[in-house]
Amino acid sequence: MNRLTDRDEDFLTGIRRIAYEIAGPNADAVDHDARFPIEAVDALRGGGALSAFVPVELGGRGVSFEAIAAACFELGRRCGASAMVFAMHQIEVASIVRHADDAPWFQEYLRDLVREQRLIASVTSEIGTGGDMSRSIAALTPGDDGTVRFEKQAPTVSYGAHADDFLATLRRSPDAEPGDQVIVLAARDQVTLEQVGTWDPLGMRGTCSPGYTIRAEFLPEQVLPTPFTAVATESMVPISHILWSHLWLGIATDAFERARTFVRAQAKQRPEQPPPTAQRLSHLMSELSLLRAEVNSALADFEVASEGSRDRLSTMATVLRFNNLKIAASEQAPRVCQGAMGICGIVGFKNDTPFSVGRHLRDTMSASLMVANERIHMTNASLLLVAKDV
Amino acid sequence: MIDRIRQVVRDHARLPIDVNELEDNADLYQAGMTSHASVGLMLALENAFDVEFPDSMLTRAVFQSISSIAEALSKLEVPAA
Repeated sequence: MNRLTDRDEDFLTGIRRIAYEIAGPNADAVDHDARFPIEAVDALRGGGALSAFVPVELGGRGVSFEAIAAACFELGRRCGASAMVFAMHQIEVASIVRHADDAPWFQEYLRDLVREQRLIASVTSEIGTGGDMSRSIAALTPGDDGTVRFEKQAPTVSYGAHADDFLATLRRSPDAEPGDQVIVLAARDQVTLEQVGTWDPLGMRGTCSPGYTIRAEFLPEQVLPTPFTAVATESMVPISHILWSHLWLGIATDAFERARTFVRAQAKQRPEQPPPTAQRLSHLMSELSLLRAEVNSALADFEVASEGSRDRLSTMATVLRFNNLKIAASEQAPRVCQGAMGICGIVGFKNDTPFSVGRHLRDTMSASLMVANERIHMTNASLLLVAKDV
Repeated sequence: MIDRIRQVVRDHARLPIDVNELEDNADLYQAGMTSHASVGLMLALENAFDVEFPDSMLTRAVFQSISSIAEALSKLEVPAA
């Protein structure tokens, strides 16, 4: 694995400060009220973190992908929702940075992103596709005066009400097949959002992700030059799985830390005899180690697969590898949180103690649903029929 | 070889249109082949030509068109006739 550069370390120092001083202290209120973590996002904006991955040539900070992943982990340790908002935004930024090629509109957009610290939301899911992101119903349609437009029914748009821009997948044209997709980036003032339904979920409450009917009209230059299938395979899917799994690891790590603090407090009361929970903590540590190993090795594998051309990212073995990361991490993270709750007992179950892990458990239970694991298993099952070296 | 590939594409790519309407270099994905159907096509081609595509060939680009499939098969030394 590459060593982090000084630039990366500076960036992460700032992220840790925001995580500990701002995201953490607000995490319970964000969770309780299902409200957007505005303090943390404003602090991230203030530190230029929303454009950290934009290359230096375009005015960004040019931090490495590893540093972005580490930032998701650090934020996840303090506030799962803040970490998820940050991760989702970085997935969109990385997809643009990696696939804008030399398209002038997108180059200029990235410069604006640096100056204005714009927050990008994702409009990839769609009602009627059964959760299959590789198909769209909504289509890019010619509008008036050379513009293009679309209307899309999205079952969830994370932080839709708080975003400055929207990255949406669409069919290339009204007569294109469902799998012939493009990505477009529309700005808030080119979009109307009509909220559909409410937002009162079990976990990740601060992501504020209700459904929307989204209508937009914009310029043809705002269509990314690379087709969505290439962006998905080479960037969006593996990057999503890596950044999400880093923040799930962060949440699970904090749950473990709370259990450890609880066991130490118990041990101090009767120093002559280790408490029975100490042994359960040891079991939990090995569960956490499995999660950490999978998350860390996936990041290293991604770095290797991304070297030189990105062809290796579209091999079946690579697709399977990052799909497995998603499945494994999304199942292991809530397992660790539940183990922590078992150790802490009633003070872990209660929402207002230093050992509370309810939020951690609820937040990580979203992991197996965001891109449903069964859908990923379905893809893997079909790939395994033809893939050889897995 | 092209004709045999066309037949396998017709039977397994699950295209919404007749394969004879497509040029050899037409994009099968744009013509409506889903990634799920493409796996079926790969298996059927392995069967029909008695080959195994190595993983390095199991990419979207290789199965993008009838001519790219033909090129891949010829690399696996399937006789052109």
